[in-house]
Amino acid sequence: MTVLLLGEVDNGTLNMDATAKAVAACKPLGDIHVLCCGAEAADAGKEAATIDGVAKVLVAEDAIYGHRLAEPTAALIVSLAGDYDHVVAPATTDAKNILPRVAALLDVMVITDVSGVVDADTFERPIYAGNAIQTVKSKDTKKVVSIRTSSFDAAGTGNSAEVSDVATGDAPGLSEWVEDHVAESDRPDLTSAGIVVSGGRGVGSEEDFAMIEKLADKLGAAVGASRAAVDSGYAPNDWQVGQTGKVVAPDLYVAVGISGAIQHLAGMKDSKIIVAINKDEEAPIFQVADYGLVADLFEAVPELESKL
Amino acid sequence: MKILVPVKRVIDYNVKVRVKGDGSGVDLANVKMSMNPFDEIAVEQAIRMKEAGDAEEVVVVSIGVKQSQETLRTALAMGADRAILITAADDVHTDIEPLAVAKLLKAVVDEEQPGMVLCGKQAIDNDMNATGQMLAALLGWSQATFASEIKVDGDHALVKREVDGGMQSIKVKMPAVVSVDLRLNEPRYASLPNIMKAKKKPLDEKTADDYGVDVSPRLEIVKTAEPPERKAGIIVESVDQLVDKLKNEAGVI
Repeated sequence: MTVLLLGEVDNGTLNMDATAKAVAACKPLGDIHVLCCGAEAADAGKEAATIDGVAKVLVAEDAIYGHRLAEPTAALIVSLAGDYDHVVAPATTDAKNILPRVAALLDVMVITDVSGVVDADTFERPIYAGNAIQTVKSKDTKKVVSIRTSSFDAAGTGNSAEVSDVATGDAPGLSEWVEDHVAESDRPDLTSAGIVVSGGRGVGSEEDFAMIEKLADKLGAAVGASRAAVDSGYAPNDWQVGQTGKVVAPDLYVAVGISGAIQHLAGMKDSKIIVAINKDEEAPIFQVADYGLVADLFEAVPELESKL
Repeated sequence: MKILVPVKRVIDYNVKVRVKGDGSGVDLANVKMSMNPFDEIAVEQAIRMKEAGDAEEVVVVSIGVKQSQETLRTALAMGADRAILITAADDVHTDIEPLAVAKLLKAVVDEEQPGMVLCGKQAIDNDMNATGQMLAALLGWSQATFASEIKVDGDHALVKREVDGGMQSIKVKMPAVVSVDLRLNEPRYASLPNIMKAKKKPLDEKTADDYGVDVSPRLEIVKTAEPPERKAGIIVESVDQLVDKLKNEAGVI
């Protein structure tokens, strides 16, 4: 049994956290071969080779895989899939874009956002915004699976797996990259940060969201937001934590002015310690918080920041 | 250009989900059902594109139980021109998998020849996030997922996509499958006159057999369980106490 795992490569750099967590999830499935593709992928391949549990790294370097457009990347994976029982990737937006396309080309039903691997055919995944956990057993001979990374601890490093190049394909000519609009930030990545500070509708305005960012910076934390805060224009969408945004599981999650709608809880309730600051003592967020503080956030947040 | 919009009947997003006692799934009997919110955004987008002169006709299609007809009528009331209902299940608890849905949609696309398929990025019941990508694969079309802006430009569409870390703009060759994200638009409410008018709009009734598509599931549902419950902790009295707890009890700062 061998697994083909699509490493998360962005602009030539390996996303170590997402890739190493997916590797850890795949351990019970057999030997793991990591595919690194991109316009530049050789360095990412070398880094992937250090992840414990990786048997082999395949590098596909070609301009057509730059920006990881779904059509060429899916075609590449399908060209390699014949030798594998499982095709797996961390459930990033790239993989969510690419893997269902791969699965349909292989006539396989994709299994997305897997939070538990029971055996080679059986997987657990959240449904209904995390309100239920379903266990499904695949009848397909090949399985195409994306991994909810927040459910797994990253595999260690220190390995030196063999790295080899694989044949690249032709450009399908269906879509082309135009530009990325990526906010530059020195803060840790939301999905891999040890601490996340999130603001909700209670923060009240885009200007006041600076208070959340200041607290986050004091803690060396990533900044998150509820969907309500994003919808109100207080915070950009890529900060959104929840079923329709990012799923996080940091050591410490601080929810400020967040009521705790089901869809938000689905994105953060696996955090180790949850702190809630809200003036409404009836807010559902307190039902999942380890430490709740019923207070006006405009007083409590600056005070907390000054005392850290 | 014709736009095809697949819509799914799902549990209303305001309803509290209850797992059935026998672990066979989520209880959907006598529960309020609505159009999947992401599909509503897709319908709205298609209607706006028609209003802007980028499209001539908006066709909505739903695959599932017969009751999906209500979902199609909602889309017609919003402004879609006609509807196709493909009955593929009798029991409201049967979820047709995205692969089978994509195969049926491919058959509809072959008949209807739309210039674009606009769909929701995921359904809020199975949360698979797969149908649009699978349909694009089966058709050999380009795909643009998680769209927050769509501009049609001749035989191409310029799509801004919501991705990890920000946004990505791509240019896709038409015909294309575009899956929509939350921020694309705010769907309209259907007015009463439009709800009345929708009752007279054409709705074609088909079955999965008419298209010769096998909808039997590839994934066997072993069990459905409640997620592990998280215990509520304590309410602290002050910021000082909070800092103390985080330092000395939880040890996270």
